[in-house]
Amino acid sequence: MDSTIYIITALALGVSFYKSKDKTILALKKAWKSFENILPQFLSILLIIGFVLSILNANQISELIGQESGWKGVLIASIIGSITLIPGFIAFPLASALLNNGAGYMQIGAFISTLMMVGIVTVPLEIKFFGKKAAILRNSLAFVFSLFVAFMLGVFLK
Amino acid sequence: MKNLKRYRLFFILILGYGVLYFINESLFNMSTQKTSSSLLEMILVLPPVFILLGLLDVWVKRETMVKMMGKDSGIMGILLAFFLGSAAAGPLYAAFPVALTLLKKGSSFRNVLILIGAWSTTKIPLLIFEASSMGLNFTLIRFGLNIFGILGIALISEIVLGHKELEEIHARSLSIEN
Repeated sequence: MDSTIYIITALALGVSFYKSKDKTILALKKAWKSFENILPQFLSILLIIGFVLSILNANQISELIGQESGWKGVLIASIIGSITLIPGFIAFPLASALLNNGAGYMQIGAFISTLMMVGIVTVPLEIKFFGKKAAILRNSLAFVFSLFVAFMLGVFLK
Repeated sequence: MKNLKRYRLFFILILGYGVLYFINESLFNMSTQKTSSSLLEMILVLPPVFILLGLLDVWVKRETMVKMMGKDSGIMGILLAFFLGSAAAGPLYAAFPVALTLLKKGSSFRNVLILIGAWSTTKIPLLIFEASSMGLNFTLIRFGLNIFGILGIALISEIVLGHKELEEIHARSLSIEN
């Protein structure tokens, strides 16, 4: 997987550089800026994950959101996902660490999907922009859909 | 100074790890080992992801696409909404101001919902990142379902909200300062 990304990136950079040198340099500057933007959060989360995973053993994680936890675990994971605001670049390493430590695919799927599509914290902002009915409707539909995605992931991945 | 302040939590955590070393050395060792292994994993993946993000940001102009997403844009508008959302950068709440701009310029609410859906979950750089940390199968299943889910959420919302509510949304968007 790693090498694929490098090949895609190298190709994209090559085409971009051929078309415009200035724009490519600008793109690289923006790339660095957005990386540096998440760096403090990113490093902190890594330290927290490292510590939390060292205290919680695999048994405790799998009891809470493991494969055996079933719909209760899915519900716990989706509520956590709906409330928290974690950028994807941080959520995926966290999710993959949880998977390696006993969490189930269905539960992690519920967490990831609600994290991205449902935003309880940002609902007030959404209401301001689109009105109460539209905001609540979108978030409810996204929540139900996330449970469906979790179910399908649970069915297809062992 | 402002830059250092952003690293405050990081420094506090480093300090915490230092304290941990004296309190419980084995827990410290385990934590640092887990932290450095995930750090190494990320450092291999992140640089190309961010370079792609930068390239998308530079080459994909928002204004040109805004024009092409109105009520009668049909399948083209839907595809554009998907593409615009997928090519974007930033968290979901950063999509709301963009969505507002689109509404003001006459994009349909359905296309705005598709943009929000794509923005939240089918972003291209994030998909690559997802595949490398969660596996290709996980990513593909989620991506496939999401395409239908995003469309479904947009269409159902449009039907449930109805003509009157949709006009109110457009009217409201014009009255909000961006």
